[in-house]
Amino acid sequence: MKILVCVSQVPDTSTKIILKDNDTAINNQGTTFVLNPYDEWYALVRALELKEAGVASDVHLITVGRADVEPVIRKVLALGGDEAVRIDADSNDSFETAQYIAAYAKEGGYHLILCGKEAIDYNNGTTGVMLAELLDMDFVGFAANIQLEGDTAVITREIEGGEETDACKLPVVIACQKGVAEARIPNMRGIMAARTKPLKVVAPAAVLPLTTIVGYAMPPAKAGVKLIDPTDMDQLVQLLHAEAKVI
Amino acid sequence: MSVLVLVEHTEGIIKAKNFEAVQYAATIAKQMGITATAVVFGAVADAEMEKLGAYGATKVLHVADKRLDDLHGRAYAAAVTAAAKKEDSNIIITLHDINGRAVAPRVAVQLNAGLVAGALSYPDTEKGFVVKRAVFSGKAFAFVNITSDVKVIMLMPNTFPVAEGSGKATIEKLDVAFADKDFNVKVRSLDKVTGEIPLSDARLVVSGGRGMKGPENWGLIEDLAKELGAATACSRPVADAHWRPHHEHVGQTGGTIRPDLYIAAGISGAIQHLAGVNGSKTIVVINKDPEAPFFKAANYGVVGDVMDVLPRLTEAVKKFKQHK
Repeated sequence: MKILVCVSQVPDTSTKIILKDNDTAINNQGTTFVLNPYDEWYALVRALELKEAGVASDVHLITVGRADVEPVIRKVLALGGDEAVRIDADSNDSFETAQYIAAYAKEGGYHLILCGKEAIDYNNGTTGVMLAELLDMDFVGFAANIQLEGDTAVITREIEGGEETDACKLPVVIACQKGVAEARIPNMRGIMAARTKPLKVVAPAAVLPLTTIVGYAMPPAKAGVKLIDPTDMDQLVQLLHAEAKVI
Repeated sequence: MSVLVLVEHTEGIIKAKNFEAVQYAATIAKQMGITATAVVFGAVADAEMEKLGAYGATKVLHVADKRLDDLHGRAYAAAVTAAAKKEDSNIIITLHDINGRAVAPRVAVQLNAGLVAGALSYPDTEKGFVVKRAVFSGKAFAFVNITSDVKVIMLMPNTFPVAEGSGKATIEKLDVAFADKDFNVKVRSLDKVTGEIPLSDARLVVSGGRGMKGPENWGLIEDLAKELGAATACSRPVADAHWRPHHEHVGQTGGTIRPDLYIAAGISGAIQHLAGVNGSKTIVVINKDPEAPFFKAANYGVVGDVMDVLPRLTEAVKKFKQHK
């Protein structure tokens, strides 16, 4: 069984966002990039567990980005995975990204495609679903547990106001969140092995993006905290009622 | 031609956030001099669907197929696409929630439409079709221009206040020819949280962190939540230590919420936590450490021991409710 894990490089959570070029771009100078935690901690680690359990034969990683994403991809290859593919394109649009990945994945014979529930940079959470649609596959989102029973994936997922366990015949695209697996730290052997793992660069399919980001803005500065006497909670309740108007 | 909006219901009851989506769709429709049509799936009473008229929908397309009572992303998308074609809709609205996220991306692919997720504004049509949204987990906003003819917008719930007007929507049945593959995902078991307010829908949330010291003290959080009619949440260390269930974890690797009021008790406010809650309209932080970073993101701060402050706050809320 072949698994494809869709991964994306994102600015580290603690990154301070700085705008440039008249607020039309993000200044990435000095930014530390990491693998999107939902992709790494949950989707990739679950794929590796399935390989270790002898259920999966191959675990491939795929990303869309320029050469500057390679150090991060090498780093996660140290956790495991047989090879990585980089589609050589810039994309800020999930439909565009999904089309690049679909063009590659449709020839790959993947039985299971895993991704994170969303990337922490653009917070769309839409690429995996679009990929499923483009590949004519089923999709299960917000997965908290993934088991395989023969050719069927059994997935526990969050639904509106509860939880549901679904069964779905492979192939399927699953978007992973907390619960699917536990974060791992690469060991020395993994780091050494990652250096020589194949990292293929593939030219992007011809895709016309249907959205463009025309500008950015920073949120307005917080007015500052109003401190309340810890012995006077009546005052806090009054403020929440009369000033904040939330109760 | 009309603006099409997907409306969800829970066991036949349409929730407030869906009224918000209808109002959003109707406002856009009005701007463009057209009408708004809602599409509703599964078992819902006509009287419930007629209510959508009060939020600006003139028509409801009802796809009554019982199989749609469970979330089947493929079937939902097929039905929305069928409705969009019937209504000749160039603008399709869903919420940016669990169901919306299973449906809207498929619809966008089917209709070759540009999509904006997590929309926070009405489209600005002065220079194109520009929608504002949060990026980098709320640390910035992006303005996204949709350049395709057909456009899909996923509205972030709890963005606009909802005002009930008058009027009844007319209801039309819509038959959709589903394929077998639309129901490939089979539900084995279902565990709905009953009696509690689902965290993602809650207007008020009381949340606890490591400063609560242990699960035995969670009664203080629950008492306050009960008095306020709020949902409960927690920080990551609390969920990792199994003091609270994982679905209560809000923050970067847990859930993202945007309630009207977020009360954080004994949470220091690491950036990963803020990423999950910084869309909250009002934030109250209770912490005995005056240097806790969360105070910088708070509207109201109480420097004090959560064990003393929480019961006092619960009492104050009780008193307030009695005198209201």
